[in-house]
Amino acid sequence: MIPIVILIPLVLGGMAFAWPENRNRPVFLLVGAAAHAAGMAGLWLREEPPLLDGFLFLDAAGKVTLTATSALFLACAVYAQGYLRRRDDRDNRVFVGGLLVLLSALTMVGVAQHLGLLWVAIELTTLATAPLIYFNRNARSLEAAWKYLLVCSLGIALALLGTFFLALAGAAPGGPRSLLVGDLVRAGPALSKPWVRAAFVFLLVGYGTKMGLAPLHSWKPDAYGEAPGLLGALLSGGVTSFAFLALARVYQVCRAAGEDAFARDALVGLGLLSMALAAVFMVGQRDFKRMLAYSSVEHMGILAVGLGLGGSAVPGAFFHSLNNGLSKGVLFLAAGNIHRSFGSKVTDDVRGAARRLPVSGPLFLAGFLAVTGTPPFSPFFSEFVILNGALGTGRYWVGGLFLLFMAAIFIGMGTTILKVVQGDDAGTPSRPGFGDSWLTAAPPLVLMLVVLALGLWLPRSLADLFQSAAHLVAGS
Amino acid sequence: MAAWIDMVFILVVVIDLFTLASSRLNAAIRAVALQGALLSVLPLLLASWEHEIGHVLLLSLGALAIKAIFIPWLMFRAIREAAIRREVEPIIGFVPSMILGGVGVALAFAFSRGLPLPSPERHAFLVPTALATVWTGLLLVVSRKKAVNQVLGFLMLENGVFVFGLLLAEFMPVMVEAGVLLDLFAAVFVMGIVMFHINREFSSLDTEKLTALKD
Repeated sequence: MIPIVILIPLVLGGMAFAWPENRNRPVFLLVGAAAHAAGMAGLWLREEPPLLDGFLFLDAAGKVTLTATSALFLACAVYAQGYLRRRDDRDNRVFVGGLLVLLSALTMVGVAQHLGLLWVAIELTTLATAPLIYFNRNARSLEAAWKYLLVCSLGIALALLGTFFLALAGAAPGGPRSLLVGDLVRAGPALSKPWVRAAFVFLLVGYGTKMGLAPLHSWKPDAYGEAPGLLGALLSGGVTSFAFLALARVYQVCRAAGEDAFARDALVGLGLLSMALAAVFMVGQRDFKRMLAYSSVEHMGILAVGLGLGGSAVPGAFFHSLNNGLSKGVLFLAAGNIHRSFGSKVTDDVRGAARRLPVSGPLFLAGFLAVTGTPPFSPFFSEFVILNGALGTGRYWVGGLFLLFMAAIFIGMGTTILKVVQGDDAGTPSRPGFGDSWLTAAPPLVLMLVVLALGLWLPRSLADLFQSAAHLVAGS
Repeated sequence: MAAWIDMVFILVVVIDLFTLASSRLNAAIRAVALQGALLSVLPLLLASWEHEIGHVLLLSLGALAIKAIFIPWLMFRAIREAAIRREVEPIIGFVPSMILGGVGVALAFAFSRGLPLPSPERHAFLVPTALATVWTGLLLVVSRKKAVNQVLGFLMLENGVFVFGLLLAEFMPVMVEAGVLLDLFAAVFVMGIVMFHINREFSSLDTEKLTALKD
């Protein structure tokens, strides 16, 4: 099943590139997403043994991330049917093909147990998404694509150097001489400590850039601001979660080598810095898509803090990566609908979205409440688990700052969101024919309902999955 | 043999510093191409009998074709189409960036002393050369405004990573080759797509003009 879920999107992507007609090309996306979701369902029902000498294996941590992304991608694929039909003037060959290649590369990241293969797959996600940011073919989206490529390429090059360091840590006679996570973890204390430490620094910078942790987030507001909402959803809910997964695998090796104290401090520090920076830039943000980018910086920070705290916070971090993926889908898709309908994404021009878009407008508000940790939505519970992990281990400073930044972000983000949603839309720019339709409004609505349902009732199998992912990565 | 290897490493570092100091894009591209050519000799010089000869040749020829010939050729084409010759006002001046580069080289030597190597006698200069080249690449990316120079910086960074990868060529050659291959991908994307589009859209390759997006 694993090779199938990797190859099907890739093959369909190739076919989409070759397909001559613009109008029905987006159907490939739907087929690829549905096949991928079906494959994931199959992997839930039946566990598969490691493949290719242990290079490919779906463990608990990978399963969390892949499940979230498969669901998100399916929602985005349905949305794309409506979205790309409305934008029939643009050639969508690269867009559809690139998204399918992205799905394939993400799946590979999820199942890769070899740090070299993991690196190759992460690099592929960058290459597959960069041209998509330039979908609108204007100067601003070009600038965003350029920054994204340059910053992420630098990050990825440093991550390769870090991967080489890790290989060298196990290169002494009798060492594992391998980059399989399992081999490195088994070798544990036999790894050369100075190299492990140096490797963690480079990999944290490299994959942290891809995640968009502050201060390595500079590509994020530009890319999310200019890319179509659909791509923003997949970048902030999918690609960044996989970068977090990559970092979690590296952390797993560091912990086995006995270097975890250092790694955990670094993660908590960068995580809190990201939350602080997001809070600062969120206040007075007039561009609501850029605001969502800072929200993504914040949530990557929360994930890093959760992993760095260790212990009971780690299952919360995995739960949060799922919640963040789904609720970012709601926010970006709703924001995309609002952007289309008003033809603008700054609060000076946009107000009364709830009146004009009876589904997307309220969804934008509900998504905001969910993502900032309002009960009964599921992010509240995952954020609570992480906060509890800080307070329960006596790290009151971390817990206090965590709460403070969350509160500041709630206020800053709320101001912008309310400006967009409330009020009378009379006198605002309008583009007739871009109202809510089934295809563009139902996907974020369904995602929102899932976020609500997970908050009201978390299935036992999912809770167990978060526990085993945390046990695998952090031994907790 | 050992003397030759040391010589190559020293030349690589000299090229690092030269590129930092040169304002003419032609000269900088040529320097990076020369550096690529020097790197392609290293797999041959460093190979021991345990190596599989196929991998050594692949790595060497691959580096030569991509780093020394193909990418520099693309870059020359790009600057010809955009009709640019010089980096006029870098963000960090040429002399200060030379000094920073020199400091980087010194730090690279100091830092690599703390890192134990599996066979230190064969690779005395390898780690410092790799780190110094990575540092120079980063410095070029952040200190220059022309897109061409930023791409050159990225290539130099990849060169540094490649030098480091040679330490691993013995036991995981495929990994090192994958690194070279993706360097090609990145370069084609950066240059083929973005650079030509930037030129058309802004009628210049100055990334300074890319300032519409900020907070």
